[in-house]
Amino acid sequence: MDDLIADFLTETNESLGQLDNELVKLEQNPEDKNILSSIFRVMHTIKGTCGFLGLSRLASVAHASENVLGKIREGAFAANPSVISLILESIDCIKELISQLEEKGAEPQGEDRDLIERLNHCAATGEAKGQSYVAATDSNSAHKKEEHKEVVITQNPDALSREAKEAAAAQGLKVAEEGATEGSRTASGGNTIRVGLDVLEKLMQMVSELVLTRNQLLQLARSVGETEFNTPLQRLSHITTDLQEGVMKTRMQPIGNAWAKFPRLIRDLSHELGKKIDLRMIGADTELDRQLLEMIKDPLTHMVRNSADHGIEKIDDRKTAGKSEVGVITLSAYHEGGHIIIKIADDGKGLNVEKIKEKVLANGLATESEIAVMSEQQIYQFIFKPGFSTAAQVTSVSGRGVGMDVVLTNLQKIGGVVELSSVFGNGTTFHIKIPLTLAIMPVLVVEAQDQLFAIPQIRIVEIVNAYTTQGTNNEESLLEHRIEIINDAPVLRLRERLLPLVSLPKILGLRNDFRLKNDERPIYIVVCQLGSYSFGIMTDKVYDTEEIVVKPVSPLLKNVQVFSGCTILGDGNVILIVDPNGLAKHADMQIITTEGDIDSQQHKFIAGSNITSFLIFKAEGKTPKAVPLELVSRLEEIDASRIEWSGGRPVLQYRGDLMRIVQLENRAKLPDSGVLQVIVFMDEGKILGLIVDEIVDIVDHEMNVKMLSGSEGLLGSAVINDRTTDLVDVSYYFSQTFEDWLQHKNSQIRASNNQKHILLVDDSAFFRKFMEPILSVANYRVTTVDSAIKATELLNDGIDCDAIVTDIDMPEMNGIQFAELCRKDSRFHSLPIIALTSYDPEKFKIDAKDAGFNSFVSKSDRNTLVDTLSRVLAE
Amino acid sequence: MSKASLNIVSFPINHIQPNKDTVKEFVTVTIENQMFGIPVAIVQDVLRKQRITPVPLASQEIAGVMNLRGRIVTAIDVRKRLGLDDTNSRTKSMYVVVEYKGEQYSLIVDSVGEVMALPAKNFENNPNNLSPQWQEVSLGVYRLDNKLMVVLDVAKLLTLAT
Repeated sequence: MDDLIADFLTETNESLGQLDNELVKLEQNPEDKNILSSIFRVMHTIKGTCGFLGLSRLASVAHASENVLGKIREGAFAANPSVISLILESIDCIKELISQLEEKGAEPQGEDRDLIERLNHCAATGEAKGQSYVAATDSNSAHKKEEHKEVVITQNPDALSREAKEAAAAQGLKVAEEGATEGSRTASGGNTIRVGLDVLEKLMQMVSELVLTRNQLLQLARSVGETEFNTPLQRLSHITTDLQEGVMKTRMQPIGNAWAKFPRLIRDLSHELGKKIDLRMIGADTELDRQLLEMIKDPLTHMVRNSADHGIEKIDDRKTAGKSEVGVITLSAYHEGGHIIIKIADDGKGLNVEKIKEKVLANGLATESEIAVMSEQQIYQFIFKPGFSTAAQVTSVSGRGVGMDVVLTNLQKIGGVVELSSVFGNGTTFHIKIPLTLAIMPVLVVEAQDQLFAIPQIRIVEIVNAYTTQGTNNEESLLEHRIEIINDAPVLRLRERLLPLVSLPKILGLRNDFRLKNDERPIYIVVCQLGSYSFGIMTDKVYDTEEIVVKPVSPLLKNVQVFSGCTILGDGNVILIVDPNGLAKHADMQIITTEGDIDSQQHKFIAGSNITSFLIFKAEGKTPKAVPLELVSRLEEIDASRIEWSGGRPVLQYRGDLMRIVQLENRAKLPDSGVLQVIVFMDEGKILGLIVDEIVDIVDHEMNVKMLSGSEGLLGSAVINDRTTDLVDVSYYFSQTFEDWLQHKNSQIRASNNQKHILLVDDSAFFRKFMEPILSVANYRVTTVDSAIKATELLNDGIDCDAIVTDIDMPEMNGIQFAELCRKDSRFHSLPIIALTSYDPEKFKIDAKDAGFNSFVSKSDRNTLVDTLSRVLAE
Repeated sequence: MSKASLNIVSFPINHIQPNKDTVKEFVTVTIENQMFGIPVAIVQDVLRKQRITPVPLASQEIAGVMNLRGRIVTAIDVRKRLGLDDTNSRTKSMYVVVEYKGEQYSLIVDSVGEVMALPAKNFENNPNNLSPQWQEVSLGVYRLDNKLMVVLDVAKLLTLAT
């Protein structure tokens, strides 16, 4: 391309970006002569240069537009919104022509007669025709790229296919150039030269290497001691540091560059949406890395659009709510500890938690009981899920359900973190935290089995040290710093919460245990935050934080998701950067991240099927205890003095019967005065009263038993409401108290020859353990398996069973698939199959019958199960 | 990135007079007494033993990553890639740095020999009885006076099963 034209293009692109904003300003201050003159000058220059370069089509549009501006300047008519819109339209037309010129090196064929006529008409009469945003003539909706492109295509049919193909790329290029040139201008006025970005990138690369070499030299010099090299080396070191800072600066640009298009965007939006919106920008001169600036442009644009569309209410609604009719969107940016914080705040209607909940339920993103235990913050996070939009009506602007998830993904790609706060009725604020630059990242250096690793600082919340050894006494304070283990899964009590832990050396396969035996040294736990969930990384040692230059890993290592890159330390050694997100995924932690990860959603869905009501109580020690509510008959308060002793055991007269009183294992002796809390269990005429300290709550919670405890009397532990809770095994106390209870059952079982054999399939360890005694007690022989796959294997191996009881929601093969499989097999097609489900049975009926279940029973209704079994087996 | 950075200090280039046939130049390396040839055009550097940072969880053929003048280079254990026994302690190993698809890799071998220019008439395809693992990474064999040289297919060598 001609050098002259190339210069013209860069210059004009620059001016046009400026024009957009100045026109918006003019609209707000129609009397401001300075703004008007400056706009006029720019348009005049464009016209002049185009004429000089023989770009007649551009020149004529610019000329017509300049005429209108001239009239305004003369005071012939005022710069009302419709006139401004018309001028903006002409600018869009010029932009489009320029982008084609850029692509092809020549002005496209055609004319813009309609636009020019309207401009001329306006210049003559002061009336701007057909440019109202409501009655969108096609070229008018310029911000809608697709429509605008159509205009061009009709003007230039032979460029059609090429245009379509290259439009995206060309647009990107243009935007990038604009950003760069605008930046240098604001930074130092007219005193600039244009430098290619590749030159800067290369410089940066070389400086990074220079820094590393310098560090190596310094290290060498230190080990050698005092030599004549030291002084020049010091000088070299200083110069290198200055050079590094200098080159870094060339990459830095004010964030205002990314905001430059927003005033125009908001203006157009407010016209289209019939709202009044004031955009305030604070801290536009806050600088960040050029590369990052490019990457946040689109997410920010989307978020600003969202604020204008969803956040700010219509004028009438605002009046009704007692707010000023002008909505305010505030963009602000500032530096904070090596990061840049960007806030997008609106004073609109705020997020409606209830609406989000409805939507979440409707889209099946979570179940009702899951939502019930979620914090508002967690519920807000759903707006970042794919396919989620709270806008009741989809407008052309936003609300199409693609967006916030893409925004989040893009921001996360550059190591950004998004938080949001909202007050219903008062507005929403998004806080975005991103690193200042991608090239340099603060990390924490840690050690695992003598190897060093780096963890990005942005993910780290805190560092805690802890011990594995048991506290000698029952010192409560030590509990805070002791790693506890639940079936190989290490956890730490941190401020009344259980923090799941991952051992870095263990997960990386560097050694088998997270701690060598009898090692008394503390373990350093790096607490990382992923969305609204956190976990701890156990390391052997924690070193300093360091600013590092991130180097990508080779494609050969891309499949190792635990590492996001590597870097070279001052001593020349390479260390790997751990990606906490990848680490959590690798550790297979069921963290519900804010990312729209299908796997985790599925997991949640499956886990969600295990909702059970629990009675939470306290007895013996700090750990809360729980029993499934359905086992509980009554809760009673009794006076301790009413307890009598029979055969050395405490009993209580209760409703004309005798209730045996028990306490949890290892508990001190029964108090003999005061009011006692008793949980009453009844089974087959046997009454059992469990003395507890305090009844805490009844909660609906996922039944995810973390471990099957080794200790007698406990089924295992589960995390309920973020606390580790022991599940009490009621049947254990029954059998302990009423020795004849099980024996009686057993003898009965032995006595009966026609004992039926049940195959129980459930992936939940708890339910297997829970159902088995119930079925045994009801005189069935039970074989349990934890998956449908295993059940199929057993059946194929010729297991002799009379009926199958199966859970529906199981990984790999669910109950319905399992039943279908059985029905297809001639050996099993008449075998009774009963489905266990925690869904409402009514909802499920059709599906279950189709799949060939004989019946299905709610998980919480064990009596029905026993009845159903006997009925089905009798049929 | 250019061939000018070829840095083979103590390895005299063996100038074989160009034959009428096309002549190709190879850096010769040895692993377990077997000579291999790597096309000279892709070789950037030959280094003595370097410090390597192992990458946990990566395929076993990847010895780790190393720092070559500020660039990160992935080191491939060619011995393991060829399925050779790893019992011999590798006190003497050499690194041949190659560039492939814009990335640098360092191939760990036992020793590096001279650069040879070899005429095409001495080239033969892989013998059929070569093990599949070797067939995969070998482009063919050159007959030398007293030994055979296997030509390494670097692209295949750097394609690891994941």
